[in-house]
Amino acid sequence: MAEPLAALTDAEVDYPRRGRALGPFSLSLKPGEIVALTGPSGCGKSTALRLFAGLEQPTRGTVSRHLARGETSLVFQAPTLIPWASALTNVALPLDLAGVAEHERCERAKVALARVGLGDVGDARPDQLSGGMAMRVSLTRAIVTEPKLLLLDEPFAALDSVTRRGLIEDVHRLWSQSKPAILFVTHDVEEAAYLAERVVVMTPGPGRTAAEIDTRGPIPRPPGFRATPDFRETAEAIAHALAGAMGHAA
Amino acid sequence: MRRLIDIAAPLVLIAVLLGLWQAACTAFDVPAFFLPKPTDVVAALIARWPVLLQSAWNTFVMALLALVFASATACAFALGSALNGLFERAVRPIALTLQVTPVMALAPLFQVWAGLDHAMRAVVGLAAIIAFFPIFSGVLTGLKSADPDLERLFDLYQATPLQRLFKLRLPSSIPFVIEGHRVGLGLSIVGAVVAEFVAGSGQTQGLAWRIVEAQHRLQIADMIAALVVLVAMALALNLLLSIFERKALQRWGKRTALGPG
Repeated sequence: MAEPLAALTDAEVDYPRRGRALGPFSLSLKPGEIVALTGPSGCGKSTALRLFAGLEQPTRGTVSRHLARGETSLVFQAPTLIPWASALTNVALPLDLAGVAEHERCERAKVALARVGLGDVGDARPDQLSGGMAMRVSLTRAIVTEPKLLLLDEPFAALDSVTRRGLIEDVHRLWSQSKPAILFVTHDVEEAAYLAERVVVMTPGPGRTAAEIDTRGPIPRPPGFRATPDFRETAEAIAHALAGAMGHAA
Repeated sequence: MRRLIDIAAPLVLIAVLLGLWQAACTAFDVPAFFLPKPTDVVAALIARWPVLLQSAWNTFVMALLALVFASATACAFALGSALNGLFERAVRPIALTLQVTPVMALAPLFQVWAGLDHAMRAVVGLAAIIAFFPIFSGVLTGLKSADPDLERLFDLYQATPLQRLFKLRLPSSIPFVIEGHRVGLGLSIVGAVVAEFVAGSGQTQGLAWRIVEAQHRLQIADMIAALVVLVAMALALNLLLSIFERKALQRWGKRTALGPG
């Protein structure tokens, strides 16, 4: 078994006045695997994700990250683009912050945009893009540095289902090119079952691991995968585990 | 057509009011040293046009100087506050004290410091104090207004403080900076006029001085003419700034594509 890329061990997060938000929670990510993190609202999914990003420190427990600067990327629920900059400048931002020269970062941003079929919107500003396109630009910004760990915090929750399915295929396609580990936070059971190889179900907050379910089938998913018994059974198993986790707390 | 009516309506109202004024003055034989007729005011405007224009220019220059001083100090303090929490906690109470102090009560002090020969300095200083707070508060709010998730993104990529300032916080602050300066310019004009009433002298020669001078000579038509020029100047500046603000917001505004588009 490969060395974990990043891991939480008995991590707990307390917020002042709001009390315990997470844990104790343990999860380790292997290089190149896709893990979905799901659970009821307020269970600390996003907190766990921020621990993996190194943006927060646990109150107790440990976080280990074998990642250098620029090897972690994050996509938020909103596209979170810089409103006054073009799509190209937005995609090039991580390279800009890392000190990559202007010519090179523009070239790399152009290539990355072309990979998600947005080669011709580089000059557009965020307010000229549709919600789906803006999210695709955000995703492109996250992969332009070729990260080893890609963290996605319910990024498609605000999109319609057709756009959402298209973006999930984009994630799989981008993953098969450079194989980053992906941690995907979602409250959508079917999205978790479709996107991930492994689904971690959390209890209501402060979240702990309620269940871990491995999904079946290849990634990227073949056409019509959502109609297969494999997919349906996995989705039902996740839904069942989630309902069980919420039932225990009641 | 609709637009034309919208523009014409206030003009018609003004004309009617002026007509009533004129008629009342004639009908009741009101003495000119109490309330002159609008036509007298127009005559005074025409007769004293060069002096009034020069005075308006002097007031404008004093207000602009005050704005420049206020802006320079307010921006520096806001920037320091945005970069350092301790600095902000140290500056806030002082800025607040400046805001709640009735500035005209400081006028005698400023007169002493500036000296009678440099009344203009006192006027500019007082107007600058009035204009300081909205600029300080606007710039500071603006520097803290960046999307928190974008701040997290800059954390994630370990941006340097300078990168964060120039690529995120300063551009995010622009709408707030402009708004602060718009309010600040309005206040610096009010300040320049009011301060000239209190601390002005023959050296300042602004519109407020014209009004005081006309009052002493009981030339009420001259007084009202100076008032008309003052209002016209304030309106023109406000209009210019609104146009500038709209153009700037098109470039730097905060309309982001969020959610379903």
